[in-house]
Order: sequence, then structure tokens, then C-alpha cells
Amino acid sequence: MSKEKEREPLFSAKNLKLLKDPLGENNPITVQVLGICSALAVTAKLKPAVVMAISVVVVLSVSNVIVSIFRKSVPPRIRIIFQLVVIAMMVILVDQVLKAFAFEVSKQLSVFVGLIITNCIIMGRLEAFALANKPWESFLDGLGNAAGYGLILIIVGFFREFLGSGTIFGYHMMEKIGIYNIGYENNGFMILPPMALITVGIIIWVQRSRNKDLIDKS
Amino acid sequence: MKQFSNRYIFIFATVMVAIVALVLSSAALLLQPLQEKNAEIEKKRNILASVGVEATEDNAEKLYEQYIIGSFVLDNTAEKVEGVDPFNVDVRKEQRKPIEEQVFPVFVATLEDGSNTYIMPLEGKGLWGPIYGYISLKDDLRTINGVTFDHKSETPGLGAEINESWFEAQFIDKKLFEDGDFVSITIQKGGAEEGDPHAVDAVSGGTITSKALEAMLYDCLANYVEFLKKNSE
Repeated sequence: MSKEKEREPLFSAKNLKLLKDPLGENNPITVQVLGICSALAVTAKLKPAVVMAISVVVVLSVSNVIVSIFRKSVPPRIRIIFQLVVIAMMVILVDQVLKAFAFEVSKQLSVFVGLIITNCIIMGRLEAFALANKPWESFLDGLGNAAGYGLILIIVGFFREFLGSGTIFGYHMMEKIGIYNIGYENNGFMILPPMALITVGIIIWVQRSRNKDLIDKS
Repeated sequence: MKQFSNRYIFIFATVMVAIVALVLSSAALLLQPLQEKNAEIEKKRNILASVGVEATEDNAEKLYEQYIIGSFVLDNTAEKVEGVDPFNVDVRKEQRKPIEEQVFPVFVATLEDGSNTYIMPLEGKGLWGPIYGYISLKDDLRTINGVTFDHKSETPGLGAEINESWFEAQFIDKKLFEDGDFVSITIQKGGAEEGDPHAVDAVSGGTITSKALEAMLYDCLANYVEFLKKNSE
């Protein structure tokens, strides 16, 4: 058997699973409950949530690939430092690029881009996956996990902006579809951080009631 | 597990840091001109916004040329200072100097109806980081023509609301002086009284940012009081 035949196709079932799992039944936010902190902070409006999601996708997939490439030459004793340096470098690059090419958006996200460094999902994936797997798989894993994170961010951002400010991307949706006429008022509580937690909680509830496997046996 | 010698670890760490430093500094150098350009356009847009001119990234420079007819710098006794470019005065840096050494820029714009308006920069400390903005006064140097605020890192949806138009619009036609005395504008939690010429509504959920904004208005404008009094007769 030649070496060529042993190689997996790029999108084998196993690789696709890496990409899809984190979107649903192994979602970093709703199932692993990681990265909650930033999910609370940037979701008061939809736009920062979307840009945050894209930034995390870029940072996580590229850092995963870099760490995976060097996985055999990184001394285990300083691997955490190595991971942090890679993440920090990527985050600073993303921040700089946003400032140069998407100034408006970088203003919107302000401090939160820098805080991607502290996002537990990224560190978690580097440590748990990229250090032990090949670059391509790591890339898919990074993409999947960041997308899973971003998906929840966008869902939460959508509801918080819609119910809290009555807008979608700053467009006055509530007014347009006439919900104010039946007596709804913007719920200022939705904009406050606790409601992000409750919204995430509701998403977790809905997800678990549809997929009983996720419920803890204990 | 493979064992690595201390020597290897040291070399690995050194090379890693060197490479990362190289990547980051070249990125910073390459992108710097673009970022500075963005910051300059942003400043021009903010100045224009305080006069009520909405500029986009593309036409900001053209509109700036068109509306802003002059600018000058004052010292703390309201005398004009020569040889300082008002556009490049960094107000935040100025505020760290002793009051006698500080300079205060003023920009003059002509409105559509031909009257002049005077624009002054504002700088203050918000909840998480700096807040800043521009205020423009009408010909009488008493009445607010418009304001624009912005912030570095206030909480989105709460303190960050200070740069929304509903908040900024409240300031239009408010008065800074009461019977010739400087009173500034207060930002009232729970809503300002209807028709109060010196107060506006605070941002709900953004109390600290609102307070900071009030302090910024008072502190920055206090430096201009001499100039405003002298020139309003």
C-alpha cells in the first residue's frame, strides 16, 4: 500500500466532525461553558458581537495552526508560555489590522479585542487539541470552536439588541414591525450584563431539552 | 515524552521572542501611516460632527476645508498663543502640564446661515478609559450649537451610549452661563426637568460615565471662560 492511499481526504467524516461538533453538541459556550466572560461583555449590540466572532475565528484558527506546526519542537515545560505568546501575537496583529483597515469597527470593539487573549476557549483548544494534532485538523478544530463561540455570541447579541434597544444592527426593527403599538417597551434590563447570562442560560436549557445526551447523569 | 535540555529551552524561548518581536514591530511600522491617517480623519469628522455636519471617511477632509475657516490657540489668560498648530494640540497631554503652560485650541467654523461657531475640544476620564469630544458654541458664546462625544472603552449599551445621537442632541441650545456666571451643564440621573437650560438626561445604567462627562464638560470649559466672557459682549 502506498503512502498516498493512507492519507485521509481533507474533509473526511472525522475532520468534518471536528468542524461541526463545537457548533452543536460540544459547543464551547453552552456545553463546555468556556469563554462566558466575553460573551457577556460584547453582546449588548449585534455588531460588536459579529466582529468579535470573526476576530476570534481568525485568532483561534491561526494560533491552532501555528502551535500545531511547532508541537514537536516545543519543550513541554514552556508550552504554556509559547501558547500565550502565539495568542498575544495574533491578537495584537488583529487589533492593528482592524485599526488600519476597519477603524470604525475597532472603535466599537475597543478594549474587547485585547481581551481575546484571556478567552479560555483559545488557550483550551491550543492545550487540548493543537499540541497533539496535525495542522489541518487543528485548523478545522479552531474554526469549529471559534464558530461555535461566535454563533452563541450572535444569537445572544441578536436578542439583547432587539429586546433591549429595539434595533438590529442599529436599524429600528421594533418600530418597523410595529411591536411598540401593542404595548412593548424597550427592556433596559436586556442591555445589562446579567441578562446575557440569563440568555445564555436559556439557550443551554433549550439545547439540553432537545438533546438529552447533554444532561449530566449525576 | 521527549526530554529537552535546558539549553534547548533557552534557545527556543529566545528565538521565539525574537521572531514575535520582529513580526509585531514590522506590522506596527507598516500599518502606522494608515492608522495615523484614520486618526486624523476621525478627528476631523468629530470636529465637523460638533457643528452638525455629518462627514464620512471619504469626504471628511474636503468638508473640513469647506467649513472650518480658522483656528487658534489660547493660553490660560485667554491670550492667543502664536506658533502652535491647533489641530496637533494633544489635549490629554496638555492636561498633565501645570495650568500656566497649557494651551487651549479653538476652531472656528461657518454655518450654512453665515454665522460663526466656536469649537472646543473636551477630554476626560470615563469609567474604563478616556472620554472625549467637541463642543461648538453659537455666535453669542453662551449657547451650545452642538456636541459630539466619544469614548475609548465605555461599556457598550450603557456608558457607550454617550456617543449616540439621542444623547448628544439634548445639548443643543442649552446655555453654559446663568446671568453671566459659568454654570456648565449638569447631567441628571432620572431625567432633567423640562425646559431646564443647564441640564440634560443621564444615560441609564451609565451613571459613572455620565458623571465623568459632566466633570469633563465643567473642567474643560472652565479654561475657556475668560475667553468666552471677553468675546461675547
